Amino acid sequence: MNLTLKVWRQKDANSSGKMVSYKAENISPDMSFLEMLDVVNESLIHKGDEPIHFDHDCREGICGMCSLYINGRPHGPKRAITTCQLHMRSFHDGETITIEPWRAAAFPVIKDLAVDRSAFDRIQQAGGYVSVNTGGVPDANIIPIPKVIADEAFNSATCIGCGACVAACKNASAMLFVSAKVSQLGMLPQGQPERWSRVQSMVAQMDEEGFGNCTNTGACEAECPKEITLTNISRMNNDFFSAKLFREEKVHDHSGGGE
Amino acid sequence: MSEIKQTFNSSLGKKLIMALTGLFLCTFIIVHLGGNLFLFKDDQGYGFNVYANFLTHFPPIEVIAYLLYLAIIVHAFYALILTLSNKKSRPVAYASQSKSPASWSSKNMGLLGSILLLFIVIHMGDFWYKYKFTDTVGFKEYRTNVLTNQRTVADFKPVDPTFEHSVTTVNDEEIVRVKDLHAKVATTFSCWWYVLIYVIAMVSLSFHLVHGFQSAFQTLGWTHRKYTPVVKFIGTWFFAVIIPLGFALMPVVYFFQSISK
Ligand code: SF4
Ligand code: FES
Repeated sequence: MNLTLKVWRQKDANSSGKMVSYKAENISPDMSFLEMLDVVNESLIHKGDEPIHFDHDCREGICGMCSLYINGRPHGPKRAITTCQLHMRSFHDGETITIEPWRAAAFPVIKDLAVDRSAFDRIQQAGGYVSVNTGGVPDANIIPIPKVIADEAFNSATCIGCGACVAACKNASAMLFVSAKVSQLGMLPQGQPERWSRVQSMVAQMDEEGFGNCTNTGACEAECPKEITLTNISRMNNDFFSAKLFREEKVHDHSGGGE
Repeated sequence: MSEIKQTFNSSLGKKLIMALTGLFLCTFIIVHLGGNLFLFKDDQGYGFNVYANFLTHFPPIEVIAYLLYLAIIVHAFYALILTLSNKKSRPVAYASQSKSPASWSSKNMGLLGSILLLFIVIHMGDFWYKYKFTDTVGFKEYRTNVLTNQRTVADFKPVDPTFEHSVTTVNDEEIVRVKDLHAKVATTFSCWWYVLIYVIAMVSLSFHLVHGFQSAFQTLGWTHRKYTPVVKFIGTWFFAVIIPLGFALMPVVYFFQSISK
């Protein structure tokens, strides 16, 4: 396959970038999208050019490191997969492919297509944990949890923190990510002690990072490689309003911890 | 106090305000449509004029009316704040057009809402303002025979400029003198481009509510496997079809009545 790539090139966070066109020649349809970029980069290196910088790690859809906004869609045209799981057979010969970084104020570009997603880490640190007692190892399965609840919590826990939801959202809102992280703990008995403080701290951190406000368009749900559902957002909202308006416990002060 | 302020300054707090004011406005349009069905009654405007008089002179309704204007302003104001903050959240736009699947109305709530706000200003300027603050609306006198229920109508010119309305009974006749908003409606809707404005506004209302109604429930966290389909059904068929259609029929019917006269 021969393709034309239009790629965002940006030297570093402080310089402004631009779209640059490249030819990708003799690409096998069996290559993954990232392998195709590897081939292009090799030819760039041979020419003495700076290779295209992009994020990746596991290359098997579990780490959440790869990104890329491909032809107007995060992680490309296929449903429920990451960019590293995308194959070139999903494109046709001669196609022009536009590749951009995630665009959000809270995800500043580091270089080319790689963005800084540490805002997500700070949200996690603000409340995405449970307290565990030290001492003897407790028996497994000692706390009964209904299967449906466990399944739902595990579904939420499949979020890999890739940020595609933010990239897809017209408001650059992080609510799908945050709600998945709130839900995965809030639904389980082990997550109850911090349930009301967690949702408040994580939402506060999300706001502080400068993510946008959800308008329930559902683009995030459609683009999430792990198919996290909008129900999570609803659950988070419910817990948040409940915590803010009806709970009497004092909010924990998290400002000392974490960072 | 600062706790409450902090709640409503958070992203979710602002969305809560959008959802609550939005749902309040949804309940209002049900009442508004219900009352305006008097326009379809063939009684020379009697029912409608008496109803309009009731709305503007019954104190509890006036309180609710001012709450309603407040809700419209707050809904629009918070929409603006949220939109500006959302714009700031993505300072560099994508070069390619987004192809993520999302409904058209969900992506254009701001545009639809702006059309509706403009429409509300035009609409209130036409009827509410003229009815309450000007003397461009005339009066009608309805004489109803209490025994035979026969009714005669005549134009009425009050001598006292502050006259609002009166109900008196003379012999067997009940005499009702009220402002004739019905005539105002009929003349307004005899102009084709006015009718067009109303129809466009109602199409916008339909698209605004098909997303907005169920979206409010999602924001409030009221989603449930059993009830969410019911909410979506009501949002689609009642709020996005029946209500806008009912409203749009009023100018259309009056327009065709005016040209067939
Ligand atoms: S919710 Fe989905 S799209 Fe968002 S960060 Fe998690 S896995 Fe990625
Ligand atoms: S590289 Fe790990 S998910 Fe794509």
